Amino acid sequence: MSEQASARPSGARKFIVGRSSDVADGGCMIVTAGGREIGVYRLGDGFHALLNRCPHLGGPLCLGQVVTEVFSPVPGDVRGNSDRRFVACPWHNWEFDIRTGQSYWNPKLRARTVPVGVEAGSDVATAIADGRAERVAGPYFAETIPVTLEDDYIVLTLRAAPSAR
Amino acid sequence: MTTALLEDRTRDALWPGPVIDCDVHAVVPSLETLFPYQERIWVDAARERGFHGPAGLALTYPPALPTTARTEWRPADGSVPASTLDQLRRDILDPWRVDRAILNCYYAIDSLRHPDWAIAMARSVNDWIIDQWLDREPRLAASLVIPARDPVAAAQEIDRVGGHKGFVQVLLPVRSERLYGQRVFWPLFEAIERNGLVAGLHWGGLAEHGPTPTGYASWYVEEYAEEPQVFGAQLTSMIVEGLFQKFPALRVSILEGGFTWLPTWAWNLNKKWKGLRREFPWVDRLPSEIIRDHFRFSTAPADMGPPEQMRRILGWLGTDDLLMHASDYPHLHTDDLAALLGIMPDAMRANVMAETARRWYRL
Repeated sequence: MSEQASARPSGARKFIVGRSSDVADGGCMIVTAGGREIGVYRLGDGFHALLNRCPHLGGPLCLGQVVTEVFSPVPGDVRGNSDRRFVACPWHNWEFDIRTGQSYWNPKLRARTVPVGVEAGSDVATAIADGRAERVAGPYFAETIPVTLEDDYIVLTLRAAPSAR
Repeated sequence: MTTALLEDRTRDALWPGPVIDCDVHAVVPSLETLFPYQERIWVDAARERGFHGPAGLALTYPPALPTTARTEWRPADGSVPASTLDQLRRDILDPWRVDRAILNCYYAIDSLRHPDWAIAMARSVNDWIIDQWLDREPRLAASLVIPARDPVAAAQEIDRVGGHKGFVQVLLPVRSERLYGQRVFWPLFEAIERNGLVAGLHWGGLAEHGPTPTGYASWYVEEYAEEPQVFGAQLTSMIVEGLFQKFPALRVSILEGGFTWLPTWAWNLNKKWKGLRREFPWVDRLPSEIIRDHFRFSTAPADMGPPEQMRRILGWLGTDDLLMHASDYPHLHTDDLAALLGIMPDAMRANVMAETARRWYRL
């Protein structure tokens, strides 16, 4: 409570976490942004991001295998839906929908999703210059991500971290 | 009036409400008893071989052991216990004033490998049950028996007699050649569902495999103590193979298989499903929920531990509507029914003593 409002970042913050070409279709890149580990996934239709923390018991969710949906109305009739992808947590193999974070077996349970988008290098450069976005070091970068005008960039939007309480 | 199971208590002191006994036995006293219900060729076949009936019966129920028949229920004249309706009336139906009792006859037909003789044997047992028991005693309902090694022939037998109003169940020896969930058994379960019957998994069965998951035990007591594992394997198979997605109306009773093992077994299955469900994706909900909807358990044997811990197990079942009272006449289980009733929540007692079975078997 003595914490100064001005000492905390207010509102949403944007983080440039990599080039869009850094993640292959069906792949995942784990980045650290705003002090949180986040798995960035590319599925055919775009990018999706999940907090790297399983809502079950806190396992490193995004280290898990990416799998397609398997379902069956009756034994002998097994169906697949490769448009729907799940990440299976490495601790207990529970599946979570990468787009929604929803657990397959328990729809009340959700992994935390993080808003993610792709922005053009020119826009990103402007946002950085204006202080509206910041760059982070990704696993494939020794340094903070350099921005060039020609590329597209993955941008995460994080709400301000809650205060200690 | 008291009977052996009541052990000097009166029936009303133990339980004043209605009673349905979901597991009483009819014992075929001799192969000759069945001759009037068999075609001549099978009667001749027995005589020319000196065959006296399926060999598995005495292995499953060693004739002189109390687990086969309590001393108090052995007729003074030396005749076979539980082999006549009069015995059953005197020992169970009258002293317990049952509303209904469900008659199960295990004749070890599955120990007979002759495919045609097994069919004839099952037919004759069913016709004997109808003629000597069901048609003479309205308090009785019964299980029909099948040639369990042949699912298609079993289905035919179910269709032949399953429409008799007295038959409410098909007796399936828990030890089978293959696990019952497997698709080869679909014709059998389709016939059970089609005829509105319950599948009654019951102690017994002389399959190719040993009575434990790792072969034959040295002693009968081991076989006796280890059988819950076989029940567990069958329950698991039926759930994992999707039998209840294939046959959504199917009901399964676990008879003479105990129930104290169920809560932890279900926890294990739930956990496996949550993480490994992709392998059997037809199972679309928790196995414990499937058990709740599709299984009921008889109370004999109760295999009770200390009352406080037993009370906890009853709580872990998570429902008052799962257990069904069984005397398992004439078998001896050293359970104390009064102790079991004593630790039950009030809401559970009436269900266990009659109402769960009444609903389950639509009596």
